[in-house]
Amino acid sequence: MIEVMIGNHALSYGAKLSRVQVIAAYPITPQTEVVELLSEMCSSGALNAKFIKVESEHSALAACIGASQAGARTFTATSAHGLTLMHEMIHWAVGARLPIVLGNINRAMAPPWSIWTEQNDSLSQRDTGILQFYCESNQEVLDTVIQAYKVSEKVLLPSMVILAAFVLSHTFEPVDVPEQEKVDAYLPPYNPPYKLDVNEPHTFGGLTDPEWYYELRYKIEKAMEEAKPVIREVDEEFKTIFGRSYGLVEPYKCDDAKLILVTSGTITGTSRVVVDELRERGKKVGLLKIRTFRPFPVEDVRQVLVNADKVAVIDRNISFGHSGIFFEEVKSALYNGEKTPPIWGFIAGLGGRDVTPATVQEAITYTERHDEPEDIVWLGLKL
Amino acid sequence: MKLTIPEEEIMSPGHLACLGCGATLALRYVLKALGKRTVMTIPACCCTVIDGPFPFSSYGVPIMHTAFETAASAASGILAGLEMTGNKNINVLAWAGDGGTFDIGIQALSGAAERGDNILYVCYDNEAYMNTGIQRSSATPWGAWTTTTPEKHPKDRPKKDIIAIMAAHRIPYAATASIAYPEDLIKKVQKAKDKKGTKFLHIFASCPTGWKMRPEDSIKVARLAVETKVFPLYEVENGEVWRITRKPKGLPVIEYLKIQGRFRHLKEADIRRIQENVDKEWDRLMKLASDTIK
Repeated sequence: MIEVMIGNHALSYGAKLSRVQVIAAYPITPQTEVVELLSEMCSSGALNAKFIKVESEHSALAACIGASQAGARTFTATSAHGLTLMHEMIHWAVGARLPIVLGNINRAMAPPWSIWTEQNDSLSQRDTGILQFYCESNQEVLDTVIQAYKVSEKVLLPSMVILAAFVLSHTFEPVDVPEQEKVDAYLPPYNPPYKLDVNEPHTFGGLTDPEWYYELRYKIEKAMEEAKPVIREVDEEFKTIFGRSYGLVEPYKCDDAKLILVTSGTITGTSRVVVDELRERGKKVGLLKIRTFRPFPVEDVRQVLVNADKVAVIDRNISFGHSGIFFEEVKSALYNGEKTPPIWGFIAGLGGRDVTPATVQEAITYTERHDEPEDIVWLGLKL
Repeated sequence: MKLTIPEEEIMSPGHLACLGCGATLALRYVLKALGKRTVMTIPACCCTVIDGPFPFSSYGVPIMHTAFETAASAASGILAGLEMTGNKNINVLAWAGDGGTFDIGIQALSGAAERGDNILYVCYDNEAYMNTGIQRSSATPWGAWTTTTPEKHPKDRPKKDIIAIMAAHRIPYAATASIAYPEDLIKKVQKAKDKKGTKFLHIFASCPTGWKMRPEDSIKVARLAVETKVFPLYEVENGEVWRITRKPKGLPVIEYLKIQGRFRHLKEADIRRIQENVDKEWDRLMKLASDTIK
């Protein structure tokens, strides 16, 4: 059934349809509608879950970890300072191999205070081992929550489903809400191989000396590698049931493209419009949307970009002292490939500054007019 | 005489505790009182290590190790997870040191207590950050030496009143206990176990290593703490009914202080000050206590 809803509610419906059993969350702008709707669902009985109203995001994820270790399917949602407060526990969820799904609304970090979108909060979790999915639409948000449980529970790593503050979180879009029976058929109940069980006592997370810790880290990396084909399979199966798929990446009009733009999240939707207009004017411009940031789809990125003459990456984030983070990742993915097209890095829209079709056009024009690639070009800077 | 301590040993020998470790004895008694239908979570503390390194464990019940500040929130999550997967009537035990309870974990503990989550939270108190090598915590008493409160500048603030803080949450049960009085300790655990809501136990767990004393004096020092009124044994129900569970002999505090190297630097005036403070705190407790057993 098609319903018009904000991105935050798409997260809530995704969790509900996934039949989450334990939710622990703490409110933060711009995430609050996610937990408000889930609270209503739990209190009305529409969702049979225990909602732990914790006193901080740190406790939210700690409680999810406890619940997941006890064998329950768990969900939390947060943003910016909430996510960075969780940071320690994201490492913990990964090390404990718990398939928790976390919704994150991309919001800029203070100071100065900002409630608007930027990706530095989630990208700061890059090296924890949590899977990261950047969504372009509210439909993708809802669908990705369901897919994320299936992926996470197969590879035993947590997932983060990410959407832009306000641009998606508070924007109404039509969303096809799948039927519960179909979701049930797609996503079976969580049945963990190991859990806290008084009939079979095990110790989880005990002190592990250098003799074995190293191997446990290797296994996390193997699980990340395994996640790539799993994400693909899970996505394809989703398509056969629900008619929608997203892939690790989505190339848009890239086949004969001379210049390929690389984006993530909602800048992708804006860029589609720009690419369509340029195509109408006969320009061979394509777009590569990166949906899965962890595991990073190195092979897919190479395959799409290798034949381009030029590549331009737009980042709504920055790794201070280096460059945009998607830029850095794309560049490193190409480096050991057979061909390395020149690649430009653009910073745009930090702290929620609008990224309009004109901003995207500026990046393309800049790339067209220059021959020497640059790591950082700031779009729309007033200084 | 009838033995009131359950015979079954849930904790195994072979753990890694120091000689005379009070925390280990405390856990042994608590597990005896709770029984095998118990799931335990342990934040960073001595007991993280005492359990034994992977793949060994000496505690005999399922354990989830967790981050330093998360004993209470992890326990709340475990409880919810167990309930939602159809596992009812299991004791969820958060087992934390004084650092994880009085300091870094107090926010999560307060949260769980305010929500009234049905967990038993036990703080084994060795009065400093012992696992990291004897640094002061807010449970370290006035005048004590630690590596961060050296002899020339010993701790200059009193110990935090954790039971008052927990009682202020109006939780059904909060109590102090000591390894020197195992019957009292076990009775309190059993009492807590039968109550719904957040229960808090504060166990005095002597630490010969950190207190610079002889391991064989571990029980003796714990007993002296009670008999000198330094660490009275009492319980609080619903934040309202305060009850002394053992009437102390009222020995002078010097008896307790003199067998511990951590108080060796104290002058006569310091000891007088400690005695005065102990007397004052006892009077305050007596005003609250409506009932005294024994």
